[in-house]
Amino acid sequence: MSSGMSVIVRTVTRFTYALIIVFGFYVIMHGHLTPGGGFQGGAVVASAFALALVAFGTAGLKGALNRHLLQSLEEVGALAFLGLAFAGVGTAFFYNILANSGSVFGGSDPAALASGGVLPLMNWAVGLKVMTGIASILIIMVIGARKEATE
Amino acid sequence: MTLGQVPFVVSALLVVIGLYALLFKRNLIKMVIGVSIIETGVNLFLVTVGYRAGGQAPIYTYSDPTTLRVLPTPQALTLTSIVIGLATTALLLSFVVFIHRHYQTLDAEKIKELKG
Amino acid sequence: MKKALTVAAFLLVAAFLVVAATTMRPFGEPSHSEMDDYFLVNCQTEVVANNVVTAVVFDYRGFDTLGEATVLFAAVVGVLALFRTVREDER
Repeated sequence: MSSGMSVIVRTVTRFTYALIIVFGFYVIMHGHLTPGGGFQGGAVVASAFALALVAFGTAGLKGALNRHLLQSLEEVGALAFLGLAFAGVGTAFFYNILANSGSVFGGSDPAALASGGVLPLMNWAVGLKVMTGIASILIIMVIGARKEATE
Repeated sequence: MTLGQVPFVVSALLVVIGLYALLFKRNLIKMVIGVSIIETGVNLFLVTVGYRAGGQAPIYTYSDPTTLRVLPTPQALTLTSIVIGLATTALLLSFVVFIHRHYQTLDAEKIKELKG
Repeated sequence: MKKALTVAAFLLVAAFLVVAATTMRPFGEPSHSEMDDYFLVNCQTEVVANNVVTAVVFDYRGFDTLGEATVLFAAVVGVLALFRTVREDER
């Protein structure tokens, strides 16, 4: 497991890794316009991490995918989501303060990329949370299963 | 039963298949797969309940604004349900790894006997 | 005896589910759609978003998403705690 798979899988992974991550970021970014959103895009990015884990094993894990960094980023995503929810607490919890406000995300054109009020920001927060959460679950389980196999 | 209820029957059958795996299989990983199949059946049921005949997806980008739309709320709740299903599956599989490390077996009956 | 009881309960629940599914209203005719019609009509003016599902998830029903994020966090913490105790036992 730690040595990874064959050279074909590793080469294909090198090509497709960045493409999958960019596609996941696209799905998160356009979550308020097209099908998708934070959950789906985060799952796509986490699938790229899973592909890298399967292809390269846990040997190449030390630098690129640090588990502690991933868990810190997950908490950053959760706190950003809660903070955006609390931002509208003057009216109601989860009130959309930026929609129709005329500021940066508050335009009146629903087809523009910078629209939707706090929705794009919440998409990024939840996307960060989901991608780092699933990636850290995968890394923990792979490390645990490898310890099991070597015993 | 008419042809109109076939999607509901399919989701009910998925739940029944998952229940079968939960009740009559002794391997713990097969029981986790049964829980996953039940989740799939429930998700399919939720999406099916929100369907409106001839409706399109509730997304206005590049589509006719006057067309009929499918109900958005069941789809949103299905999204929530899918992520919760993933979390529960991950937790159940970690429990299975833990149980296998502790008892050296995955047979539910044997684990019950070992527990005493 | 116990096996027979399990089989009987399983058959009962399965029959209940399938019969309930066959007697539902026809596919494609939601019975109560007033709330969803409100979302569909007012989403583009209230939230200014084209994707109604995202608007429902993050704006109209944000509490559901908050609970769901909590469940995901709890799962990550649970998996981590489980494997960490194992590692400390083995030392």
